[in-house]
Amino acid sequence: MKKRVVISGLGVVAPNGVGVPDFSEAIQNGVSGIEFYPELRDLNFSCQLGGKPTISEAKKREYLSELQLRNFNSSGILYGIIAGMDALKDAGIETSKQEDKPLWDLGIIFGSGTSGVEKFREAIYRIDDKNVRRLGSTSVAQTMTSGVSAYLGGLIGAGNMVTANSSACATGTEALLMGYERIANGKAQYMLCGSTSDSGPYIWGGFDAMKVTTYKYNDSPNKVAGPMSADASGFVPGSGAGAYLLESLESAQKRGATIYAEILGGSVNNGGQRNGGSMTAPNSAAVQKCIKDALLDANISGDEIDYINGHLTATIKDPDEIENWSIALNRKGSEFPYINSLKGMVGHCLAASGSIEIVSAILQLYKGFIFPNLNCENLHPKITSLIASEKIPFQLQKKPLQTIAKASFGFGDVNACVIFKKI
Amino acid sequence: MTSEEIYAKLEPIIKNYLPEDVDAKEINKSSDLTRELNINSAHLVDIVLDMEDVFDIEFKNEDMEQLRSVNDAISLIQLKISN
Repeated sequence: MKKRVVISGLGVVAPNGVGVPDFSEAIQNGVSGIEFYPELRDLNFSCQLGGKPTISEAKKREYLSELQLRNFNSSGILYGIIAGMDALKDAGIETSKQEDKPLWDLGIIFGSGTSGVEKFREAIYRIDDKNVRRLGSTSVAQTMTSGVSAYLGGLIGAGNMVTANSSACATGTEALLMGYERIANGKAQYMLCGSTSDSGPYIWGGFDAMKVTTYKYNDSPNKVAGPMSADASGFVPGSGAGAYLLESLESAQKRGATIYAEILGGSVNNGGQRNGGSMTAPNSAAVQKCIKDALLDANISGDEIDYINGHLTATIKDPDEIENWSIALNRKGSEFPYINSLKGMVGHCLAASGSIEIVSAILQLYKGFIFPNLNCENLHPKITSLIASEKIPFQLQKKPLQTIAKASFGFGDVNACVIFKKI
Repeated sequence: MTSEEIYAKLEPIIKNYLPEDVDAKEINKSSDLTRELNINSAHLVDIVLDMEDVFDIEFKNEDMEQLRSVNDAISLIQLKISN
């Protein structure tokens, strides 16, 4: 018998809000975290906009010691530490003391796309300068993919599985489902899951070169055509981290913990880069299968979904995503659930997109609201031919929600979909 | 440079790498860096790099093998400076 799994702690570091209270305010008010960065202009980027969380030096010192911050140069690890430690604290779970045993029943699955690109750049310059010996001791820990889970593991004293998954833009959603399985199968009592992504030109450059980012709004960062808009011309790259503490329903009830949501089930699959799928584009049949399999796993029908937190990136693929949801749920027009995309406010936070968006989805479910979609009043005609425009709110809606779906799709043709329910 | 002068410049370097539960007052010339001061052995390479910067010297791999205590560091630095 599988255990029921719930979320009892949240943490978030987003371009429009650091910490759950600020982020919750920001998404309700439609506050954008997208800004112009002169550094990107000076480097000849097509898209000179980005989404970066604001972290003060004092804030860093709430989480890391002076020694840990010495030669520390990995924005993604910093974001992951803040989000992860906040989620643990929110759940009311104490770290193990230095002299104590590790917490054998607490594990971590915290993913990233790549880690510490700034640190890696530093190292490469030194190595090419024939000065490898000058790298010091901090290069490996900050550039290994599992850097973020390793830092969190040490701060917490985690003694169960501590690892970092990596599945491009589906990383955060996949991490949640991996943690869910582990608790459902009784392999851990608590799983701290989430994902993170670095900020800045070295992580965003490749996307700029692929022309998947927008070059049209460098002078007007607050007007970037959002997801689902007919004017959408590419995404704005973002960064940050999202985190969630998972435990069994039984354990949360016993502790008297806040229960934000139950994870009813989910699915992870791959389009195999076949049938229209490729390294960079999704195979629609696989997306539909992923959503349907998630419903099956959650043991619910498509009719029960009240709200969808889309992947919706503000690229030409948005209408296809809506069509895939419509087919998979077998719902269209005014029968379609409410849908929104956080990317209009924070940009595409890449490996962190799934986790930051999951935190936004859970806050909506828990508090009963739907945040506004930004800058998409001119909806794409293919989208309005599939679903009623009132299902894409432009203003904050206060609505009690019961069952919601979140999906993330990523390079490599990876898909992940999860179903949450309010308890 | 006398060993006292070296120590005066060396002590602040070592202090940076002490774990939180070790007080800077515990540093003295005979302290073993990893065993007594509980400095993470991975940080020995960072201490060496900081010493190189402060004293404008360069350590070889063989020098690292001899580095156990604060006194070892002082002798190594004296040797490098006099060369």
